[in-house]
Amino acid sequence: MTASTPGRSLWQRHQIIEKNSILLLIGILIAVSIGGLVEVLPLFYLKSTIEKVDSIRPYSPLELMGFNIYVREGCYLCHSQMIRPLRDEVERYGHYSLAAESMYDHPFQWGSKRNGPDLARVGGKYSDDWQRDHLRNPRAVVPASIMPGYPWMEKKPLDPTHIGEHLATLALEGVPYTKDMIDDAVADAWAQGSGDDASPDFLKRYPKAIVRDLGGNKGQMTEADALIAYLQLLGTQVDFKIYDDKANIR
Amino acid sequence: MSTYEIMQRFAASFGLAWFGLIAVIATVYALLPSKSDAFDEAARIPLRED
Amino acid sequence: MSDISMRTKAMTLGEIGLIIVFIALACFSLLVASKAYDPGYAFHAWLFAAASCVAIFAIFNRYHDRPAEPPPQSIDGKPNYNFAPVKFMSLAAMFWGIAGFSVGLYLACEMAFPVLNFDLPWIAFGRLRPLHTSAVIFAFGGNVLLATSFYVVQRTCRARLAGDLAPWFIALGYNFFIVIAGTGYLLGITHSKEYAEPEWYADILLVCVWVTYLLVFLGTLWKRAEPHIYVANWFFLAFIVTIAVLVLGNNASIPVSIYSPKSYIVWSGVQDAMIQWWYGHNAVGFFLTAGFLGIMYYFIPKRANRPIYSYRLSIVHFWALIFLYIWAGPHHLHYTALPDWAQTLGMTFSIMLWMPSWGGMINGLMTLSGAWDKLRTDPVLRMLVVSVAFYGMATFEGPVMSIKSVNALSHYTDWGIGHVHSGSLGWVGFVSFGALYCLVPWLWNRRELYSLKLVNWHFWIATIGIVFYITAMWVAGIMQGLMWRAYTSQGFLQYSFVETTEAMHPMYIIRALGGGMFLIGAVIMAYNLIMTIVAAPRADEIATPAPALAPAE
Repeated sequence: MTASTPGRSLWQRHQIIEKNSILLLIGILIAVSIGGLVEVLPLFYLKSTIEKVDSIRPYSPLELMGFNIYVREGCYLCHSQMIRPLRDEVERYGHYSLAAESMYDHPFQWGSKRNGPDLARVGGKYSDDWQRDHLRNPRAVVPASIMPGYPWMEKKPLDPTHIGEHLATLALEGVPYTKDMIDDAVADAWAQGSGDDASPDFLKRYPKAIVRDLGGNKGQMTEADALIAYLQLLGTQVDFKIYDDKANIR
Repeated sequence: MSTYEIMQRFAASFGLAWFGLIAVIATVYALLPSKSDAFDEAARIPLRED
Repeated sequence: MSDISMRTKAMTLGEIGLIIVFIALACFSLLVASKAYDPGYAFHAWLFAAASCVAIFAIFNRYHDRPAEPPPQSIDGKPNYNFAPVKFMSLAAMFWGIAGFSVGLYLACEMAFPVLNFDLPWIAFGRLRPLHTSAVIFAFGGNVLLATSFYVVQRTCRARLAGDLAPWFIALGYNFFIVIAGTGYLLGITHSKEYAEPEWYADILLVCVWVTYLLVFLGTLWKRAEPHIYVANWFFLAFIVTIAVLVLGNNASIPVSIYSPKSYIVWSGVQDAMIQWWYGHNAVGFFLTAGFLGIMYYFIPKRANRPIYSYRLSIVHFWALIFLYIWAGPHHLHYTALPDWAQTLGMTFSIMLWMPSWGGMINGLMTLSGAWDKLRTDPVLRMLVVSVAFYGMATFEGPVMSIKSVNALSHYTDWGIGHVHSGSLGWVGFVSFGALYCLVPWLWNRRELYSLKLVNWHFWIATIGIVFYITAMWVAGIMQGLMWRAYTSQGFLQYSFVETTEAMHPMYIIRALGGGMFLIGAVIMAYNLIMTIVAAPRADEIATPAPALAPAE
């Protein structure tokens, strides 16, 4: 720059310039933070943001592994998990989604686009075998489907070695996993796929979990098994026969 | 009063006033007649060759 | 600054510091690679180690080749601009653009013909789509923004870019981040937050790069010889600062272990949804809008050789835009479990946003007033101006779609995809192409482009491609929305879901055709720009060439 200018006046000039760009920076920060704060912060404090529904529990280790496979494969890019309170959606998919139903989803899986149908209440709608056939080759069961096939998934062995660390991380973030749940996570993952051999402890920790004989007692489950355990749980945790809409009017 | 209500009242009173004030300041600054020459000069910055 | 000419050559503090950082990073990466839980993560750790070694080598090599003195701030009274990193990023933008458009075309074909997924995990739709969105937004768009912002801030401040190694750290670090993110998606490493999919370790790298970017940009502003900060720099600064805030907020997560690529976002459910779309919508607002408006405010006046229509309007435009945009996020969550008050707030501000958006559009278009004939003779200027027209169209459609009753129909359908692409192909794509057509001859000191005729071909092929694309998506989206809510006379839902999928098949083929045309246009551009670099005649001696480093390709 102009080295000939006396040091002092250059310095003064420089200060004003600096101030201006810093002022601009601060102005931008203020302008953009107001909107974000007003919209986001109340959601954490407002009691009615999330309905009170007692029956919702955190995912079992096997279901959580299924959730992570759902995330990994980008299922949320084509399937929403958010039924809107519009007549056709409620008739097509079931009761509209409650905020409480995704309260343990880190991150949320509401989706933004339906290249395939909504999955918020897909649990229990189809048999395990149907889900398995569909994952292997979607067009074998729905001829006009445009979904990719995942035949490799039922050949890929499930590896729950580190699932306890996953539960511990989620516990840090406020998901109510107890120490027992974390310590026994690997055993619980196998237990859920062991059918009648499932330990009673497991069912106490994760009430109403769907227990099947998937070879868990032999330590032979696949990723497809975990994903199906997750899918079969979706939307089944609230019993809408006894759920009181009016109690949670917002 | 819940935290939400406090924030809601703040947003609806001071927040709104602040919001309007910023808008007014930005508009007045932009329309200030005395700034006319400075703005003309600034607008020509990209066209100057060095 | 002291002017002792016979200084002995010594390493700068920055060089020594960076070497230490990269040695530490290389060692740490090797440790992680040996203990990684997941082969994909181990692969990434190896990449980090290799990149660190290359960086150490590059710093030594550069030290060996450089003169003892730091590069002068000015030569013969003219600023000594640092354009080498800008050249690199312009070429990177060209490369990533073609890569990203190609992946998009492949995805479009997968939707029309699902057999193209080949039952392989790596190229299934769910893993490829983030690759497409990240490649076009962050790799192509990001490199365009980095290149143009570094060019514009230097020229409008009449000052050399701040920092010596820092600009190269930004250019190479950012592109390395893209490689990590993109290969991660194919290997199934993802956060699953749309447009924020890279996992925690990639995010840390991005934050380091981004903070450096902010400091270099601010440092250059502080060094400026012009009394005013030109308005384009305001937009660039808002883009840089706000993206930093958004990325930090939306990616707050706790890794399962440093040996695992997996992390869990600290937010959950409805709060996570709100934060995601606060981020997602403002990634559009500040990355794809504010940043590219910075390009508009420099390149259109420069190319048309006229000052911006109204500098005053640009000031109001700036403050109104950044104030209103930040509120609009909840319109992505209409009729969901997000509380109603937040939805209403989002809708109100989205509609208000129409005003500053059109203010900016008018400002860009009216700059041509009195010189409209240039649109006939200069296809580059035509591309820039048409991009602003697409901006106006997309920012009109957006507020309409944010109205709840319209959104009830459009949400979850291809209408949204069409809307996004009229903005991204028409506005972001065309303004970027226009900027690259201007930049390459300037940077490589060429008199003109290799061929204006090819620019004309690019313009028309791409424009027709966009029209195919967005009309196909309008038809597909509105048709599907109406079919979902169609009832028979007995009061039953008329169509099953899969019948709506079948009905869209022809539209998906037309969309792929449109996308293919857009890609062909970009390939023509790449050929034209490369020929400009290797074969176009040099400009007169008057313009200052950048003698510094040759661009790494």
